[in-house]
Amino acid sequence: MNALLEIRGLAVAYGASQVLFGIDLTLAEGEVATLLGRNGMGKSTTLRTLCGLSPAPAGILAGSIRFAGEEIAGRAPDRIGRGGIALVPEGRQIFPNLSVRENLVAFAANRRGVASPWTLERVFELFPRLAERQQNMGNQLSGGEQQMLAIGRALMTNPRLLILDEATEGLAPLVREEIWQCLARLRAAGQTTLVVDKYVERLIALADRHTIVERGRVVWPGSSAELDADHGIWHRYLGV
Amino acid sequence: MTQLILEQALNGFQFGLMLFLLAAGLTLVFGIMDMINLAHGSLYMVGAYLAAAAAAASGSFVVGVLAAVAGTAVVGALLEVAVLRRLYQRDHLAQVLATFALILIANEAVRMLWGDQPMLLNAPAALAGPVEIGGFSYPAYRLLIIAVGVAVALALYVVVAKTRLGMWVRAGASNREMTEALGVNVKRLFTLVFAFGAGLCALAGALLGPLLAVQVGMGESILILAFVVIVIGGIGSIRGALVGSLLVGVVDTLGRALLPWLLRGFLPAETAANLGPALAAILIYLLMAAILFWKPAGLFPARG
Ligand SMILES: Nc1ncnc2c1ncn2[C@@H]1O[C@H](COP(=O)(O)OP(=O)(O)OP(=O)(O)O)[C@@H](O)[C@H]1O
Ligand SMILES: [Mg+2]
Repeated sequence: MNALLEIRGLAVAYGASQVLFGIDLTLAEGEVATLLGRNGMGKSTTLRTLCGLSPAPAGILAGSIRFAGEEIAGRAPDRIGRGGIALVPEGRQIFPNLSVRENLVAFAANRRGVASPWTLERVFELFPRLAERQQNMGNQLSGGEQQMLAIGRALMTNPRLLILDEATEGLAPLVREEIWQCLARLRAAGQTTLVVDKYVERLIALADRHTIVERGRVVWPGSSAELDADHGIWHRYLGV
Repeated sequence: MTQLILEQALNGFQFGLMLFLLAAGLTLVFGIMDMINLAHGSLYMVGAYLAAAAAAASGSFVVGVLAAVAGTAVVGALLEVAVLRRLYQRDHLAQVLATFALILIANEAVRMLWGDQPMLLNAPAALAGPVEIGGFSYPAYRLLIIAVGVAVALALYVVVAKTRLGMWVRAGASNREMTEALGVNVKRLFTLVFAFGAGLCALAGALLGPLLAVQVGMGESILILAFVVIVIGGIGSIRGALVGSLLVGVVDTLGRALLPWLLRGFLPAETAANLGPALAAILIYLLMAAILFWKPAGLFPARG
């Protein structure tokens, strides 16, 4: 198995307070993996460090992050972004002063020369609602539409690795369903994805492998089948 | 009377456009990098001096303007890479102190190079006279400034509103981290924006040179106006800078011309003559206070 992403012993601190104490996680091309854990356990910090955002680079105390054969720990976020990692961040972070269309086209790129890259048309086909709203400003969208836009924006960079941090949070059930269906479609298309989310059942159906973190440490890694079989783990580490 | 009002309104519009050339760069620097750059006015001064020197050496006003824009853009880029870049992560007090030092350094450097006396920068001879428009006469050179100002504002609008570069600048102004995560080198983008802003300052300095004196300290008074403009317009917003500049330019110019005359209508002549200019001088600050009362983040806030 050819690892696209390999995190080894990642230790990270915000200033003086350390929050990650050696995270290990491997992800092969075409796989979908999750990072699970209760609130405040270090999921977002792991994802942000991966993308080169604060507390990186100064906060990285130890460990390595290899992506597509290169060490990227501590690299500037724009280099990591151009290198093929795209983040759908916690809280969506749509550009409020750019139109829907601009949010998408501003960052469009096909640096790897993918044969059938994501384009405006394909994103609109994936999320027809965005097509209707394309002239609206980012801050005029509903939460669900913003989430779709955040995913579309990331896809427009044609990433090798797509990262989603709580993409279904705060959405109405029907909209949430739309996001899950979108992720299933991306999976079927072979998009390598790392997901952080709260809906364990949906994640078991969607993903191949899971890593549970507790207070900045990996406490359980395993496959969907293993996680499905042991509901004790859910109770112990995920509070469900 | 109509002639006076019309003329002053045009003067205000013309001054507003030049203010916009300064405010555009200032608002982007403030908006994207959260950086207070007091030395922005110094770039305006440097531009005016470069224009005067290059025009004197070449005998051509156009050469002077072009040399000023190019030269000041280079100065701006060097300044950003050498000094300002180090200040982005610091607090506003450190930025204010350091860029205030830059003002003093720039003023002394200009004095050493060109002396204490104001420098002469003449408008091209062909534009020295007035032109007649339907029985109304207006200085040809001021019309040229208006034309150039409108053209630059339009070009800037197209770049900011229609190109990917403009989208990145706007995105960077509202959320730098996310802009970087999506692959944009905001650091380099910013050097470019800064150099561009410096070039616009120089254009304003060069064009206003023949109307105002080219002298040490010319940057400070206009800098204050430029700050008022970007606060009114909303920090980080180019559209806000344009609207704010025109508002400030017109209100300030018309106020100075008309207030003393208006007050004479219901005050003794002497009181009016004293009160008028004093009131006119604070008019734009009243305008700013009123707008901030109504819209605390300015007219067109860049951050949603
Ligand atoms: N900017 C910050 N400065 C200091 N500490 C922080 C900062 N951001 C997060 N932390 C702390 O780091 C720890 C991990 O936070 P993180 O956001 O990574 O958790 P999470 O697993 O994503 O949680 P959630 O499910 O609530 O999103 C928490 O204890 C949090 O309080
Ligand atoms: Mg989180």
